[in-house]
Amino acid sequence: MYVAVKGGEQAIARAHRWLADRRRGDRERPELEVAQIGDQLRLAVDRVMSEASLYDPELAALAFKQASGDLTEAVFLLRAYRTTLPRLAVSEPLDTASMRIERRISATYKDIPGGQILGPTYDYTHRLLDFLQLAGAEVPPAETRDDVTDAEPCPQILELLNDEGLVEQAVDDGSEPMDITRDPPDYPMDRAARLQMLARGDEGYLLALGYSTQRGYGRNHPFAGEIRQGQVEVEVHVEEWDETICVGEIALSECQMINQFGGSREAAPQFTRGYGLAFGHNERKTMAMALVDRALRAEELGEPISGPAQQAEFVLAHADSVDASGFVSHLKLPHYVDFQSELDLLRRLRREHARHSSPERGESLDRPSTEEDTSARKSGQGKHDRESGVHGS
Amino acid sequence: MTRTSRGDRQRLLALSPRQHIEAHWGALGRLPGHRCLRGPETGMAMLKGRIGATGNAFHLGEMTLTRASVALGDGTVGHGWVRGRDHRHAELIALADAVAQHTAWQEALETRVLAPLADELAARQRRDTATAAATRVDFFTLVRGE
Repeated sequence: MYVAVKGGEQAIARAHRWLADRRRGDRERPELEVAQIGDQLRLAVDRVMSEASLYDPELAALAFKQASGDLTEAVFLLRAYRTTLPRLAVSEPLDTASMRIERRISATYKDIPGGQILGPTYDYTHRLLDFLQLAGAEVPPAETRDDVTDAEPCPQILELLNDEGLVEQAVDDGSEPMDITRDPPDYPMDRAARLQMLARGDEGYLLALGYSTQRGYGRNHPFAGEIRQGQVEVEVHVEEWDETICVGEIALSECQMINQFGGSREAAPQFTRGYGLAFGHNERKTMAMALVDRALRAEELGEPISGPAQQAEFVLAHADSVDASGFVSHLKLPHYVDFQSELDLLRRLRREHARHSSPERGESLDRPSTEEDTSARKSGQGKHDRESGVHGS
Repeated sequence: MTRTSRGDRQRLLALSPRQHIEAHWGALGRLPGHRCLRGPETGMAMLKGRIGATGNAFHLGEMTLTRASVALGDGTVGHGWVRGRDHRHAELIALADAVAQHTAWQEALETRVLAPLADELAARQRRDTATAAATRVDFFTLVRGE
């Protein structure tokens, strides 16, 4: 149990001043500008926006700078800022088919309408350190193909498969999705709510879980049917005009995974699907998300649940880095009273042990569960305090 | 000349950087005075995606959104919305909406602000398309055992 303590104000103030000094670094060098981070470290910015669940590149860059490059801390900062803003609108569903394509590839079809477009990718780089960057070499601008002025339509590839009925269709039944920022998650959760939680989930965690399915813990034989990145316009319905209007555009990454067959006596076998969508350029995240999304459909598709990635409550309750780092970090706070009571308990158990047990009949000293353990499990099940991140217990 | 619809004008101004709008705004000359009825204020829009791109909607996450409503001296009201936190940007969009309701200003707005912004937006998007097209690839499948 964490009990409030007083004192230490001066030490805390000086610690924070030292932190700011460290963050500033060598005063002989120019200070890093937030705009430079947004411009030159944009994949970090995209990850912060995605896991903070707030699209604002400038603020994500600020959070990254303020956190000295600690992504988890930056996510926490931006998520905390999010709680200070009112919600003005809910968008129309984003139309990724109309994306202005920067990158679009398929691992399943070689020749696709609109073509395979690599975009600004790390794929096919040799992963050799580039010492020219250390030397500050000039970088030539990107090349353009000036004979191409109009973007070719890039239909969703899985729609092509649908013509033959080979892949399950994703059809809108008009149902309103639940919003986990408004309603506490309740298990079992439907796929829309699961995707909302996965979209803000920690990339490393989702990557590990997705990887585990590939290694056999809930294997589902995936192919990257289509991966696309680019700009999508955001449309919002406004009451003032009773009209749907465009308010700007955002960068998105999307992954459509195709997985091995499902089917029943009634339905012919067909490919099943997993889906990943994230802010910015977050390809790895969307691939991992699509693998985990598909794994979490095990029950719906009548598959045996044999791997951790298929257990919805386990996967989803531990995906949020703000929750996770908050609860792990609280262990650093003074637990003097709690620990004192454990010391007392341990001394009593040892006294009883000495009194009762003979040398040949040792009893195990299992650690009795404390109030904190129980309350932690309860808070994980019922109340899911996503916004604070710090569980005061 | 074709008249830009209210929705198209809102879209064009929301997709144009504020600095670009301001660069052309001066060409309108002296505009009628206005006051802010609401905001400019920054909040969020919750963004929805679709499962598998075409299926049921789900909540993806939020983005910052700024809105403004202005009134001209004669009571004409204009509204504007824009992604992000730029108050001036939202105010300019609202002001353009109000001004466009007056025939006297509408044509000047079209020719001196909206038309050049539309050209700039088209040029930016053409350049993006041409850059992406330069990375278009044709994969060859190698036949094994030959």
